[in-house]
Amino acid sequence: MPSATASVPPPTRTAATRNLGLLAIAGSVVLALLGLIFTAEDVDQGSSVRIMYVHVPTAWVAYLAFVFTAVCSAGHLWGKKHSLNLDRLAGASAEVGVIFMGVTLVTGSLWGRLSWGTYWQWDPRLTTTAFLFVTYIGYLAVRGLGGTQRQRAKRSAIVALFAVLEIPLVHFSVVIWRSLHQQATVLRPNGDVTMDGLMLFSLIFGVAVFTTIFAWLVLHRNRVLAMEDAMELRGIDTALAARRSEEVSS
Amino acid sequence: MSASINRTFGIAKAVASKDLRVEMRSRVMTNQILPFAAIVMVLFAFALDNDGVLQRVAPGLVWMATLFTSLVVVQRSFAVEAADSAIDALRVAGVAPQGVYLGKVAALVVQLVAFEAVLAFLALILYRVNVDAHGAVLLVTTCLLGSLGIAALAAVYGGLSIAGRGRETLLPLLLLPAVAPVLIGATRATESAFGSDGARVVEGWPWVGLLAVFGAVFLFGGTLGFGPLTDE
Amino acid sequence: MGETSVVDVRDAVVLLGSFPALAEANVRINAGELVVVHGPNGAGKTTLLRLCAGLLPLSRGSARIMGFDIEAERSLVRASVGFLGHANGLYLDLTAGENLSFWGHVVGANREEVTAAAVRMGLNDRLLATPVARLSAGQKRRTALAVMAVRRASLWLLDEPHAGLDAAGRDEIDALLRDAVAAGATVVIASHELERSASLASRRIEVVGGRIIEQGER
Repeated sequence: MPSATASVPPPTRTAATRNLGLLAIAGSVVLALLGLIFTAEDVDQGSSVRIMYVHVPTAWVAYLAFVFTAVCSAGHLWGKKHSLNLDRLAGASAEVGVIFMGVTLVTGSLWGRLSWGTYWQWDPRLTTTAFLFVTYIGYLAVRGLGGTQRQRAKRSAIVALFAVLEIPLVHFSVVIWRSLHQQATVLRPNGDVTMDGLMLFSLIFGVAVFTTIFAWLVLHRNRVLAMEDAMELRGIDTALAARRSEEVSS
Repeated sequence: MSASINRTFGIAKAVASKDLRVEMRSRVMTNQILPFAAIVMVLFAFALDNDGVLQRVAPGLVWMATLFTSLVVVQRSFAVEAADSAIDALRVAGVAPQGVYLGKVAALVVQLVAFEAVLAFLALILYRVNVDAHGAVLLVTTCLLGSLGIAALAAVYGGLSIAGRGRETLLPLLLLPAVAPVLIGATRATESAFGSDGARVVEGWPWVGLLAVFGAVFLFGGTLGFGPLTDE
Repeated sequence: MGETSVVDVRDAVVLLGSFPALAEANVRINAGELVVVHGPNGAGKTTLLRLCAGLLPLSRGSARIMGFDIEAERSLVRASVGFLGHANGLYLDLTAGENLSFWGHVVGANREEVTAAAVRMGLNDRLLATPVARLSAGQKRRTALAVMAVRRASLWLLDEPHAGLDAAGRDEIDALLRDAVAAGATVVIASHELERSASLASRRIEVVGGRIIEQGER
């Protein structure tokens, strides 16, 4: 039933998320130490390889976020209750995903400048990422179209499923497109770096840390969105009261 | 079951022929869009002034023009529904949205293919592109499937952007990144058909496969998604 | 529910943006009634009709049309509901006849039914061959009503159906609406002209400030 009354959402602060946040901070400090001090330089790239410890995890988290958005959207559409909370989770995840993907693009082009000598290379992964960045900005625009919360949820869930379908199609087409051209002779990012044990550990550790940051951000953003929705429902009460008093005065 | 499928196709046919009739009557395509595209092709020849370069860029030019034209055509297609709230009448009547969607897609494909045919013809003449028989088959298939892919997505996002006012600017933002695979695939296949840059015709067919997959996926998704997206 | 309510709206809140156009409205209409919804401009008449047509989402409350829930069973509601708003829902570049035959194809009506509907609304061959954009307001409205007749709806929701029509056209519409009720349809019209609708309608529903203040007796 659409007759949701303004229920009070939980506060944005809980003990669990506070611990999660502390964990994310501690992890970030350790990752910074690992990435900047303890790991070795790359034979070819020197210190610029250290960008990898941010670039790769943010890329990973961004894709994770978009898949999570799609899963939540599917859950909203096909779940019996058409849960609005799943819709808010989908939105929160996409917002954080877009930010992380922005970081991926910036760090990627900085790294590219150092290792390729150019900010932009039509590398399949980089190109796909750029397309998805725009696609999910479009998704967020769809979320902002207005209407009731149910309209927003249904509409954006469908767009999210379309967007996630685009990931393999864009990636696949870009990969075969690039494979027809000569491979760049310069180093390709991340994959071709010869990694020792500590570098590999730091990379995986970085993925874990950024996933924790992602979880923390999404949980809080989700709670804020729930409060915004509750505020909107409370606004209906105010508007109803105003309309009633208008009736008396007229 | 099959009765409801027949019903859906009946609606699709009615919607498609209605859309094409409106479009023919308005003559926007023949009197405005096509002359514009033609002048762009001519201006490109002035700007580049090199037959070799022209033959190389012709496929990309044809498909870029098609992509941007699709934005205009889709917006017109849904403006017709919004002008006197005909879309509301369709919604109230519970007309199967799958039928409306398929009809819109069919009308869009017809218009885009007609547009591409003119551009390809101009490329043949102005840019002295050579197409043999095998290349012509490839070219026609590419145009059909490429247009289908664009139309399948454009009709969904067009429907979304018409459902409320002030959403027209959303269509390019949603559509253009999504049809990147069509642009890549159709351009490469057309290069093969034109023999641009020494490409051989057989090299084009795998790209046609990509276009077919893209068209099938989004035609299916659009058939399911169009109703819930436009019905608010 | 007991008796068959064609329209059963309870505590309905409908928001236009953040404005509650309907503020907890309650309406019941039985099968076979010809009801006029009356009230000042901005009272929520149009919103009530659009809600019943399934064109607006319900923010709170419930609405059952033909016994079906307007939100959950919308597709079942729609097959039987016809709605005519301020816009006529026609394709302006097509002729009146092309509009009618388009709807004939869409709803599966045959050529005779389409022609009969046109004749009933006084659309002659010349008007049928004229693009809708060049028709007068009254002619457009008659075309739109002919579309409703082609659709064979059993609940007719008409927003100011007399607007822009001359006296003869108004009488024609009244006759058509009486025909529809005699044939078993339920007709709800929104109107701010009380004298005209009073003679036509069996009951009056008074809307003020997004609420129903009077329903008459059923």
